[in-house]
Amino acid sequence: MLEANINELERRFQEKIDNDQKIEPNDWMPDNYRQTLIRQISQHAHSEIVGMLPEGNWITRAPNLRRKAVLLAKVQDEAGHGLYLYSATETLGADREETIDDLHSGKAKYSSIFNYPTLSWADMGVIGWLVDGAAIMNQVPLCRCSYGPYARAMVRVCKEESFHQRQGYEIMMTLAKGTPEQKAMAQDALNRFWWPSLMMFGPNDAESTHTAQSMAWKIKRSTNDELRQQMVDITVPQAELIGLTIPDPDLKWNEEKQGYDYGEIDWDEFWSVVKGNGPCNKERVDARRKAKENGEWVREAANAYAAKQKMKKAS
Amino acid sequence: MSALFEYLVRLGDDSLILGHRLSEWCGHGPILEEDIAMTNIALDHVGQTTSLLKYAGEVEGKGRTEDDLAFLRFEREYRNVLLVEQANEDFGVTMMRQFLFDAYRKPLYEQLTKSSDVQLAAIAEKSLKETKYHLKHSAEWVIRLGDGTDESHERVQTALNNLWRYTDELFYTDQNDVELLANGVIFSSEELKKSWMEMVKTVLDRATLTIPNNGWQREGGRKGLHSEHLGYILAELQYMQRAYPGMEW
Repeated sequence: MLEANINELERRFQEKIDNDQKIEPNDWMPDNYRQTLIRQISQHAHSEIVGMLPEGNWITRAPNLRRKAVLLAKVQDEAGHGLYLYSATETLGADREETIDDLHSGKAKYSSIFNYPTLSWADMGVIGWLVDGAAIMNQVPLCRCSYGPYARAMVRVCKEESFHQRQGYEIMMTLAKGTPEQKAMAQDALNRFWWPSLMMFGPNDAESTHTAQSMAWKIKRSTNDELRQQMVDITVPQAELIGLTIPDPDLKWNEEKQGYDYGEIDWDEFWSVVKGNGPCNKERVDARRKAKENGEWVREAANAYAAKQKMKKAS
Repeated sequence: MSALFEYLVRLGDDSLILGHRLSEWCGHGPILEEDIAMTNIALDHVGQTTSLLKYAGEVEGKGRTEDDLAFLRFEREYRNVLLVEQANEDFGVTMMRQFLFDAYRKPLYEQLTKSSDVQLAAIAEKSLKETKYHLKHSAEWVIRLGDGTDESHERVQTALNNLWRYTDELFYTDQNDVELLANGVIFSSEELKKSWMEMVKTVLDRATLTIPNNGWQREGGRKGLHSEHLGYILAELQYMQRAYPGMEW
């Protein structure tokens, strides 16, 4: 194609985005836009799937039938999110199995938060409250993302995430007003998950390599630091309300900016977990890889059976 | 102890323990669609457990809730059949276990929708809808795996051979049932076994699988005599309630 033609296509593409029109699967799009979306959506899908593991860890030990049912429903939602996010990557020409193989080889990333272990029942509360809370913060703006299938998937995902967030906070509230052991369990969970939750928004804006282009393409609609600030401002009063303490001695209200100042994030820890050296990186990826390997014969059988049925029909 | 209480606990415990086993798959399924299906079926069983044990507690009249019954009995007081506590092993074993159970649960609930006990009939009515879908799912997998590859055929045939010994217990009846039968609360287990066998034969035939010749059968679960598996299941299931007694969650 002539360079002039490509320039014209790019101009029209950007014009659409600037006018807040959606890009659909069959529309022309720059290759970088496509690749960036595939990377982002598949990371998101992997996070949903890997995220089933730390929570699945507590289903068989949930303290009563109601909590067990809610946790099962929540984890099932996450599998569902994974499924339609993988489908969204397929509208961009990605192959689901290849995408999953990239997760297993370590090439593709997922949210680092799931590399932290779930050590007590209170972790089910704190994950709903903070991790799903942060996910909502990240994802609500994505309902206006320029890529149609992703934006529409996010509308549904956000509805379910908001239920997850509320049930998590409700677990924390119950624990916080329970016995001293329960309150200690809740505080300990908050202590362990507070900083990793803030890290979920990614590096500081100055360090974030993808932000500028993604903002121009409206794949991303707020910067990492803006979202992180929102998270802190919303969460601090929620913790106060139930009598839990945010584990940050530098946290204080800033009248001028009408928001909280908070302490420095340990970016060494962040990068170390991203690079694979978190407490559970190996366990999570191994579990996913093992699930795929152990399921190989099942998928083969399903394919063989389908082929036989097709033959029968044809004959 | 009332016969109805005992009966409800038997049914409730089947769901409780099978739901527990299915939950163990969460995040480890052979395909994402099956992760969704198995958590969904587990969730249905937790729901059925809740209805059955809640009603059992009411019938008993000692103030025990569904959670007291699910989490705070001793091993010998659980009444589930041995089949549902058997380990997941691989997906083939899990689906065969599920199929053998679903093929019993569906006609059972069909019978119980006509129970003279209105509450039990209502629970059966609601659960039947779920169970029909469970049976469709597990039967389709048994057929797919049985008539899939050589490897899958061998795996599910072995699963069938190993699980067959736990199937007679599905139709276990004892003194407890006499009064319930007489009052039309429950119905003939011979009828039930007939429907079950018909379904099993049809599906196994399509799956090119063979019912094992060995007629030896094990039972005990309905009387509270379990396999070694149950102790470990309860250690996990009851962990929170035992470690932090008497708390609200």
